[in-house]
Amino acid sequence: MQHKLEVVGLNAWFGTYQALRDINLATPDRHVTAIIGPSGCGKSTLIRCLNRMHEVVPNARATGKVLLDGDDIYAPGLDPVQVRARVGMVFQRPNPFPTMSIFDNVVAGLKLNGARQSRAGLAAVVERSLRQAALWDEVKDDLHASGVSISGGQQQRLCIARALAVEPDVLLMDEPCSALDPIATAKIESLIHELKAHYTIVIVTHNMQQAARVSDLTAFMYLGSLVEFGPTGRIFTTPERKETEDYVTGRFG
Amino acid sequence: MTTVSTRRRVVNVVAQAGAVACTVVVLVPLVLIFGYLLLKGCSSLSWSFFTQLPKPVGEVGGGMANAIVGTLTLVGLACSLGLPVGVLAGVFLGEYGGGRVAWVVRFCADVLAGVPSIVIGIYAYTLVVLPMHGFSAYAGGFALAVIMLPIVARTTEEMVKLVPSTLREASLALGVPTWRTTLWVVVRTARGGIITGIMLSVARVAGETAPLLFTAFGNQFWHQGLTGPISSLPVQIYTYAISPFDDWHRQAWAGALVLLLLVFLTSLAVRVVTRGQVRSVV
Repeated sequence: MQHKLEVVGLNAWFGTYQALRDINLATPDRHVTAIIGPSGCGKSTLIRCLNRMHEVVPNARATGKVLLDGDDIYAPGLDPVQVRARVGMVFQRPNPFPTMSIFDNVVAGLKLNGARQSRAGLAAVVERSLRQAALWDEVKDDLHASGVSISGGQQQRLCIARALAVEPDVLLMDEPCSALDPIATAKIESLIHELKAHYTIVIVTHNMQQAARVSDLTAFMYLGSLVEFGPTGRIFTTPERKETEDYVTGRFG
Repeated sequence: MTTVSTRRRVVNVVAQAGAVACTVVVLVPLVLIFGYLLLKGCSSLSWSFFTQLPKPVGEVGGGMANAIVGTLTLVGLACSLGLPVGVLAGVFLGEYGGGRVAWVVRFCADVLAGVPSIVIGIYAYTLVVLPMHGFSAYAGGFALAVIMLPIVARTTEEMVKLVPSTLREASLALGVPTWRTTLWVVVRTARGGIITGIMLSVARVAGETAPLLFTAFGNQFWHQGLTGPISSLPVQIYTYAISPFDDWHRQAWAGALVLLLLVFLTSLAVRVVTRGQVRSVV
């Protein structure tokens, strides 16, 4: 099977502190991979390495390979900007651009990259992206309201629409529901199910029930290392490693 | 219910009274200046004040039309020179302000902000007036721009720093290059605060007299191009105020009032014009 995203021998540092140790994992196309583990285990660092956002932090660096469709995104001479356009990201807290309308937020990735598109072309992108993010019906009459005038859950779906508008191959989600209430969380989760038909998704979550609900594959991380990686059902029912079992049964973490 | 001790109540009253008293002390001079200016200035304001040139000594009447235009021209020149440099320097300090270079720039900006304006006048005299062999609007605008620089740079820096890093990350994660992120996300979000800083610096330089005395010099007539001497409200007020003529004293009061209103109205206009449909975070 051809892997969409493959991590090979990935190490990451913040200054002299090593946050990731020799990570190896591979996810197939159009599957959801959940990364779970206790706080500080390197989940967020790993997901940020997948679109080269890790190196945005001063003194942060990474070694190893991350293959996207077989091409190393850490290849020398490759501009991280190109990688990020193919691997979209949704963050922990909804972060729509406060100076832009809902419409402009969705097409921000296109506009800020200098893409010249007609108004009608942009409007089509906005509708498609908002529909994909299950937000269209709620905001279609108010596209010129501020991006921060809507509720937190809607803002997060707006951020998902914004990430989808640039038509990425992979969507990374870094605890996308941790700042949301249960109803908004449920909406995002059902959205993930729908998006799976078109995108490869990697999601970091603190919530083990969520991982069990939304993912096909689960990676359990501890102290910067990947402890176990496999089909979600197996990780939660018959884990091979003692640490995994302790964590998923709630004995620590 | 517990009762508050008498001592705490007394301390509370005393502290509150002290705070109120200090606020009044701050506000009184402002109200007095503005009130006195209105009182003295309004009576001398007339239509001809805005349309006519100053009359020769001995003749009553005339106006400061040339000085009003002159001040607007000088501030415009200062802005076109000082704002791009100041804003970009501020963005540099705010976005890439960790290194040694930034430390030096920041330190220099702070020192520059403390340099007396008359010294900046001499600086402009040496650098612009002497090589150009004459007083000019350019020299005056240059001197004012130098005064604007540190104010604009430092307020821009503070405003840029207030923009949450999550917005930068959101933009970078969309595959937007850093320079576009800085320009279209960071600066745009900080816009309101940056404009406030710009207006503060405009208000400051519009009233500067010392650096204009031997750069823009002054002119009793309409200025002949930007390479010649040009009149300005502060210098005109200064000249008229130290003269022995009652009519000129009245005109100086009117000039002071007009200067104040000019600054006030420009700030107001800029605020209204730049107010977008969507709010900015800072």
